[in-house]
Amino acid sequence: MKAEIIIAGFGGQGVLSMGKTLAYSGLMEDKEVTWLPSYGPEQRGGTANVTVILSDERISSPTLDAYDMAVVLNQQSLDKFESKVKPGGALIYDSYGIHQPPTRTDIKVYRIDATEATIEMNNSKTFNMIVLGAILKVNPMVTIESVLKGLKKTLPERHWHLLPLNEEALKKGMTLIK
Amino acid sequence: MNDKVLLMKGNEALAMAAIRYGADGYFGYPITPQSEVLEKLEEEMPWETTGMVVLQAESEVAAINMVYAGASCGKAVFTSTSSPGFSLMQEGMSYMCASEVPALVINVMRGGPGLGTIHPSQADYFQACKGGGHGDYHPIVLAPASVQEMADFVALGWDLAFKYRAVSLILADGLVGQMMEKVILPEQRPRRTEEEIRKQCPWAVMGRKDMRPKNIITSLELDDDKMEANNHRFQATYREIEKNEVRFELVDTDDCDYLIVAFGSMARIAMKTMEMAREEGIKVGLVRPITLWPFPVKPIAEIGQRVKGILVPELAAGQLIEDVKLAVECKVPVAHFDRLGGNVPSPDEILNALKKELINA
Amino acid sequence: MENNDIIKLENRVYKRPSLLNEAHMHYCPGCSHGVVHKLVAEVIEELGLQERAIGVSPVGCAVFAYNYIDIDWLEAAHGRATAMATAAKRLMPDKLVFTYQGDGDFAAIGTCESIHSCNRGESIAIIFINNAIYGMTGGQMAPTTLLGQKTATCPYGRRADLNGYPLSITPLLAQLDGTRYVTRQSVHTPANVRKTKAAIKKAFLNSMEGKGTSVVEVVSTCNTGWKLTPEKANKWMEENMFAKYPLGDLKDVDAKNE
Repeated sequence: MKAEIIIAGFGGQGVLSMGKTLAYSGLMEDKEVTWLPSYGPEQRGGTANVTVILSDERISSPTLDAYDMAVVLNQQSLDKFESKVKPGGALIYDSYGIHQPPTRTDIKVYRIDATEATIEMNNSKTFNMIVLGAILKVNPMVTIESVLKGLKKTLPERHWHLLPLNEEALKKGMTLIK
Repeated sequence: MNDKVLLMKGNEALAMAAIRYGADGYFGYPITPQSEVLEKLEEEMPWETTGMVVLQAESEVAAINMVYAGASCGKAVFTSTSSPGFSLMQEGMSYMCASEVPALVINVMRGGPGLGTIHPSQADYFQACKGGGHGDYHPIVLAPASVQEMADFVALGWDLAFKYRAVSLILADGLVGQMMEKVILPEQRPRRTEEEIRKQCPWAVMGRKDMRPKNIITSLELDDDKMEANNHRFQATYREIEKNEVRFELVDTDDCDYLIVAFGSMARIAMKTMEMAREEGIKVGLVRPITLWPFPVKPIAEIGQRVKGILVPELAAGQLIEDVKLAVECKVPVAHFDRLGGNVPSPDEILNALKKELINA
Repeated sequence: MENNDIIKLENRVYKRPSLLNEAHMHYCPGCSHGVVHKLVAEVIEELGLQERAIGVSPVGCAVFAYNYIDIDWLEAAHGRATAMATAAKRLMPDKLVFTYQGDGDFAAIGTCESIHSCNRGESIAIIFINNAIYGMTGGQMAPTTLLGQKTATCPYGRRADLNGYPLSITPLLAQLDGTRYVTRQSVHTPANVRKTKAAIKKAFLNSMEGKGTSVVEVVSTCNTGWKLTPEKANKWMEENMFAKYPLGDLKDVDAKNE
């Protein structure tokens, strides 16, 4: 098993932490993991992306030119990474803020309305988990149990009461993939 | 799942490994992309547990001189910085090598020259390996290519530093520093007691306990003959280090037609290039220098003899390649590939360079 | 009393401090360094800190202080003495850690370290010899060189428009929260020598008690650099240096509390 993924969007959108959650989930399943951010000088705004690789074997390069899956959350990221998806790979994009949808036909394209789903859940902080749910629906590289286990390991105990909400958001995200 | 396996950034793993080593002190100044080292140390508050000192200095100049003092006192002290800050530390590097004190310095390289960028680079290779300050000296240069090595080289660096009374330098880059991977940290070791340090480092400046003869740590010797003798002693130590401490990793070199020599993050990327090349039937091997100084001359010379060409991909405009050419004494075609200024190549860029510069040349 | 009685041990009133060895000092005749060295050695001995004292010597005339006073020493790069002392003291809080620096070292190239060490309140003692000239390198202008004073690099006298103003750094340090004791003394008369000795003692005790930074500025002569006889140099110092660098305590937190 090997999954090579890029998640890209605006800084502050939770791109890096989404990648981190995915990476921790891989750790929970004893997979080899790399998480490589494109770090910038700014804490908020600008574009951010993170490359996450999960594998059963030793990972060579943490940086790639072709991905099994690209998850893009703004137009700039779509423009940059649509061409980098391997033929037969998957591209997930959030419809919010994307005015020129992807055009490739040799990959599977999934449009999700994650931003809208957060409004339905009445909690904008669920965005990450909704998108992650969608990712796992398209490529079940880790189980939801592992995601929650990873969250529990990384979250301080005072935030554990949020775990059910996260689980709900993950499941909500899964329903967005049609 | 093994509870001891953690997921961490290279910079964080390094900080944790230092606490676990039983470090006595850290003195540093924030600079991207390595500020997580100081941040992690401040967050961990080791002064509450092991008694380790952590201090944010007023500059890299102050930081390296604090390290110089700590090392002169026989303490396990270290600093970390990135390229512009490392330039400021060159004076201190020279003084520490001249005073033969065991210190650990980390340079998480970023694109230069000048302020440059904050993204990965390997363009401080010469500065690190050839003695970036004044005078004839070498730090021992360790090049980690993974988060695990960021952690492991802390202990290795200090052990070598104390063994040879030398300065160890971990030469990482923004990619290895910022990347998260699995890591197993070493067990917590107690800090050495004053008595243990006095025994291990009888030269250390710790006060004249029991009125032993005074210890002076200085790099000054105005008598030319004595200073020449000092230099001969330094060089003898360097020859000893060259003899004993060369470290490298070989990947798929048994049957290779082409060889890549790369270190740190570039070696990781090149490993992917090799996988891609093998799929196309091109047999490529890799020598990854782990010690950049002392440089692994022998394996490169030996494997170099039986390949059609060597590619040296680096995040620098031709620095590592000079040592590779010297190692093979220019008997084999040696080609260069680079990305500069903070850019990092993708594995296929290196493959294309291999084809263009060597296979189809 | 017979002549022979005078040299009897029990009648001795003055001696070389045991920590000041018999190495031939390289200082010029008339230089203030020898006197301050002696005071440092005496105070360490009187406080019984022989086994716990660590000195940091500068780049400048006092670079070889380590050859004369028999304690453990660190020899700093130019200007970095207080950074080194910071680390030594933090790593070994039970030691007496002091720096011994000249005006170029402390107040020109090392100003950044000097200010920040004082501001952090490092429990170190700083002995700052201000003789308004670079003695070791041959009499060039120092940050503390007075206006009109001639040196090798202001041969027609220091001019504010060309060279800037002389820097009086200790009042600046006295403003910082981290300093415990800041004083300015001299060693050109026996009375002043005694006062300087008391100041050094207080500074060393502050270091041992972890009370913050102490700065003892010693306004000194450099008769060679000033091109005067030792006697005339003392007079010139009184007439010119003391106007810009008046003697006395600038700050003593403990005196206020008493």
